[in-house]
Amino acid sequence: MIRIDDLHKSYGATAAVRGLSLAVGPGRICGLIGPDGAGKTTTMRIVCGLLAPDRGTATVLGRDCTREARAIKSRLGYMPQRFSLYPDLTVAENLRFFADLFAVGRQERARREAELMEFSKLGPFRERRAGRLSGGMKQKLALSCTLIHTPEVLVLDEPTTGVDPVSRREFWRILRDLANRGLALLVSTPYLDEADLCDDIVLMHGGRAIARGTPAEVAAGFPRRLLEVRGPGLSAAIALLRETPVAGTDARRYGDRLHVVYTDQDQAAAVRARLAGLAVEVSPVGPGIEDAFVALLEGAS
Amino acid sequence: MKRVAAIARKELVHIVRDRRSLAVAILMPLAMVLIYGSVIDMELRDLQVGVLDLDRSDASRELVREMTASGFIVEAARLASRAEVEAGFRRGRFRAVLVVPAGYAAGDRTGIQILVDAADAATAATVDNYLQAVVLRAARERLPAAGAPPPPFTARTRIWFNPELASAHFVVPGLVALVMMMICALLTSIAITREKEVGTLEQILTTPVAPAQVILGKALPYVGLGALDAALILAVGRLAFKVPMNGSWLALAAYTLLFIVIALAVGLLISARSSSLRVAMMAAIIVTMLPTMVLSGFVFPIASMPRALQAVCQLMPATHFLVVVRGILLKGQNWYPLQTAILAAMAIVILTLAARSFRLRLE
Repeated sequence: MIRIDDLHKSYGATAAVRGLSLAVGPGRICGLIGPDGAGKTTTMRIVCGLLAPDRGTATVLGRDCTREARAIKSRLGYMPQRFSLYPDLTVAENLRFFADLFAVGRQERARREAELMEFSKLGPFRERRAGRLSGGMKQKLALSCTLIHTPEVLVLDEPTTGVDPVSRREFWRILRDLANRGLALLVSTPYLDEADLCDDIVLMHGGRAIARGTPAEVAAGFPRRLLEVRGPGLSAAIALLRETPVAGTDARRYGDRLHVVYTDQDQAAAVRARLAGLAVEVSPVGPGIEDAFVALLEGAS
Repeated sequence: MKRVAAIARKELVHIVRDRRSLAVAILMPLAMVLIYGSVIDMELRDLQVGVLDLDRSDASRELVREMTASGFIVEAARLASRAEVEAGFRRGRFRAVLVVPAGYAAGDRTGIQILVDAADAATAATVDNYLQAVVLRAARERLPAAGAPPPPFTARTRIWFNPELASAHFVVPGLVALVMMMICALLTSIAITREKEVGTLEQILTTPVAPAQVILGKALPYVGLGALDAALILAVGRLAFKVPMNGSWLALAAYTLLFIVIALAVGLLISARSSSLRVAMMAAIIVTMLPTMVLSGFVFPIASMPRALQAVCQLMPATHFLVVVRGILLKGQNWYPLQTAILAAMAIVILTLAARSFRLRLE
């Protein structure tokens, strides 16, 4: 339902997107994953008809995003990164405003509003000003506003940035629910743990896709093996491995655990030996999306 | 049309809910009329004048009585000698002194002297004119030529359209222009730039709304607010300062609307060109307020400016609008072909520029 072919876009001398291609089918969530400046927002703005590409094409529902932008608009929902709604308008007024902009009829609007209140659980806050909602509720209201006209395609630019973990999980449940109803979703995120919640992911770096596929496929593309280190002695373990590294291995911290990348068993044994005296548990794990992405990023730059 | 209405309704909610801005939008014009109307007052009332009567005759007393009878002049002190003049000026007891020469009753008219404290040059000239007129008339009438024949003719000035020379009548129309510019240009540019800065404009542009509809919808409430303010200023001007209305309300409304369109276009142009809210606000103040106050004939007469500056004044929409409003209110003249053409041309040029710089996409 969304199709991007060899897309290029530059701002003056800086190239934001350099030859990106992807496709999102109905009922699928496609995640655009990458650091700031990878070209995610630019890609999404082109898909929504806000920017014209320099080269290549983007189509939504078979229509060109630039030339036929108007025809697409009523079938596409877009939630920009900095979506802030109107803080001085109430929840109901924000919804009403977007319903009017999309020329949603009165009856349809009432039906749709009840439905959206139901799934977002914003019903009790109908008359509350949007500015006085919590971060998670704001995001749900923003999503509701982009859904008021029952779009078939949804483009969400970092919808969970700055939202607490519980609300993030709930938000993704809602996205999955929408996909189950047949919507095509293009979602960008800087959080690598959200990649596992997508059906397909495109890892972006410097305006290019450096990896793509299902999360499992991308993780499996990671060429080396991993030891996971966790436990109370983690800090000591990190310090130790930093002072006297084991040749050919590489240690990275992910929150409460440490991943040590190695290639052969001798290296693994050396790491285990070095950490023997510390209060940590060392176990082999399959690579996650983070490991794959960090390795790919290092390869790319 | 429904979409324009939706945007206008939303904008109206913004205006109404933002109590402080609303208060400013309504109280500021009121305060301005009251302050400007009374402060920039070039009339003189209760002018304090000292009298040094060296003649001490019935005729000289008659002259002084005649002077104070005008109602504008108050005899503040009676001086005994010339020595008291300077001391009185220094202490500010009076602004001027009338000296009646010793031979006045006997027919010496040339010896009448008027001494003016010119520390404030602007009022000094006015004081001088007033006193000259009053005293000379009194002297001429009450003392028919003893010896010398009266002058064969005298020039008398008659002031038309604003016979009281009331400055409020002059200032109120200017305030209409100033407040229009501020409300329409400043607030519109703020409203649009804020939405651009916050990112909601991006969201609106992905809906099936044409940019023209966005602009129209956002501008409409400010047209209303501007018109409300104009009405407010005119009403206060009429009630508090007795500003007359000699022309047609319809003509006034039509020209005001034309001026509002120009002000809105200026606001749009500013918001299209400025990158942030702060830039937009500064630009709006510099572009609208200062020229409208200084370079439109609102306070400073254009005729007394250097020629280069006079040319600049002609580029200000307010200059031409002021001619029209003053004409309608004071002279009852309702149709101005030249000013209509100039204002219409300005509206078209600025609107075109604004529309061109208002990008449809977010490059």
